[in-house]
Amino acid sequence: MATATAAKTQVSYRPRLADNERWLWRLMLAPAILYIVLLVGFPFLLSLYYSLSDVTVGSREMNFVGLKTFARIIENRTFWTALRNTLVITIVTQIFALFFANVLAMALSTDFRGKWFVRFLILLPWVAPISLGAIGWLWIYDSIYSVINWTGQALRILGPNDWPIWLGQPNLAMASIIIVQVWRIVPLATVIILAGLTSIPQDIHDAAQVDGAGFWRRLLQITFPLLLPITLVAVLFGVIFTFTDLIVVFVLTRGGPYDTTQVLASWAFFTGIQGGDLAGGAAVSLFLFPVLTAVAIVFLILARRAEVT
Amino acid sequence: MRIAAKAKRVAGTAGHAGVLVFFVTFLAFPFYWMLMTTFKTTIDLHDVSKNPFLFNEAPTLEHLKVLFEDTQYLQWLINTGAVGVAVVAITLVLAVPAGYALARMTGAWGQTLGIAIFLTYLVPPTILFIPFSRIIGALGLQDSLWSLVLVYPSFTVPFCTWLLMGFYKAIPRDLEDAAMIDGLSRLGAFVKVVTPISLAGLLTVIIFTFTLVTQEFVYGVTFITAASSYTVSVGVPTFLVRGDVYFWGSMMGACLIASVPIALIYNLFVDRFVAGFTVGAVK
Repeated sequence: MATATAAKTQVSYRPRLADNERWLWRLMLAPAILYIVLLVGFPFLLSLYYSLSDVTVGSREMNFVGLKTFARIIENRTFWTALRNTLVITIVTQIFALFFANVLAMALSTDFRGKWFVRFLILLPWVAPISLGAIGWLWIYDSIYSVINWTGQALRILGPNDWPIWLGQPNLAMASIIIVQVWRIVPLATVIILAGLTSIPQDIHDAAQVDGAGFWRRLLQITFPLLLPITLVAVLFGVIFTFTDLIVVFVLTRGGPYDTTQVLASWAFFTGIQGGDLAGGAAVSLFLFPVLTAVAIVFLILARRAEVT
Repeated sequence: MRIAAKAKRVAGTAGHAGVLVFFVTFLAFPFYWMLMTTFKTTIDLHDVSKNPFLFNEAPTLEHLKVLFEDTQYLQWLINTGAVGVAVVAITLVLAVPAGYALARMTGAWGQTLGIAIFLTYLVPPTILFIPFSRIIGALGLQDSLWSLVLVYPSFTVPFCTWLLMGFYKAIPRDLEDAAMIDGLSRLGAFVKVVTPISLAGLLTVIIFTFTLVTQEFVYGVTFITAASSYTVSVGVPTFLVRGDVYFWGSMMGACLIASVPIALIYNLFVDRFVAGFTVGAVK
């Protein structure tokens, strides 16, 4: 009824203004779109061009060299290490984060005293600047004063002469990085899944309970299927934030020991910015793009579904 | 029967508490550890034989004194605040009209453009920082905070436009239509009718932008090498870690002071951000 009146007034009172509004919308959108095109689109194209050139930090001119830069970077063994590490860190992190976030969201979906404070503490890793949180971990993993090692020895989990150097051994260093990534992603995944949990109407659970469905049956046949889209959103954001991350590796290991913990983003940084090989750095960073495109496509599908329903 | 039910409930509560204790310990421990480290004497920190969870010597303010008197930490805080304010202003100027237009455009264009803008938020700094390093150089903005003011809106504008589009969609069109029948123009209705009731949305965008600026690291470390122009998230890990001597007490204080206020404010708005993050997958 209300929309019908609105439509009528638009027709009868302001036939001209309706036409003008199209221009008003364009005018209101133009600055934002222009900014995005200039500061996201243009640098992205430039990045594509760099990867096909021989540009360095100091060079005044650059020459088109085709795929030579790509050929050069994939000859480097560290590139393959970085690619593998990036995938391993991303996938392992998502598995742990998803499991933890589901358990934690379930625990937070009930009411209890002091809930806001618990939620504040749980959100800290996501909200605090990650570069600063990572320094906290740098101190926790310290080779001499690691509190993990001290506690391990005090609890007799570690023998008196066991003193793991967390960031000094390749496998341990990878594990340490994954722990920090999980630590950072869990809070975000938790609040996203929690939003999904609270959106499931209680009557569905009540009806199922009346029909004799127990806790596990309800969990498996109601909660999880209904949570699937929102869980997917949590995974997508988790993938983006871990896959493209430079900070954790930069602060904890700088890719060391001996480049065994490099990831694509850090390898792009050390090649392009610190090494001055902008072309090589751009080429390395472009390997992030296929996964991002895949994520974007899934987001599009999700958004379309949300529109239809 | 009743005892069994009671036992089950007690077990459930204990399990619930156990889960929460585990996660709070895992997630908040680094911050608790920052707090302990900030106030411990250096001798205490370096004594491996004593229990590190206790103050084996009286707490000290020495590390904070060093942080504020002997480092440029205070300058970094000021820099972060200044860049934050400038980026918030630019973001509002660009995202508010865009978000409103996307919410009110008729036809499929609004939604499509909205999603397209949201997707640009997914292009990470780690793809763009290499071309940007040269662009910033060509503009002569290296080591200048203006480089950050220029580039940060590239990730705040897309997400904030998306958030604002959601807020404006939630405001009924009838309100503006009524105001326009009363003689206000579309723009007038937006300024006088819509804006006052969307202040909560604007505040959310301001907080969100500010936290993004505080968290940003990649561009900062790429564009800036002069210690006096660092922001907090770049200055602490690059400048305070340099060299062989780590001033753990001061560093942990630096991390804590910069993290907790942001976390407190963010916490108030987190549900609104999540609504933006979920892309309409939850209604």
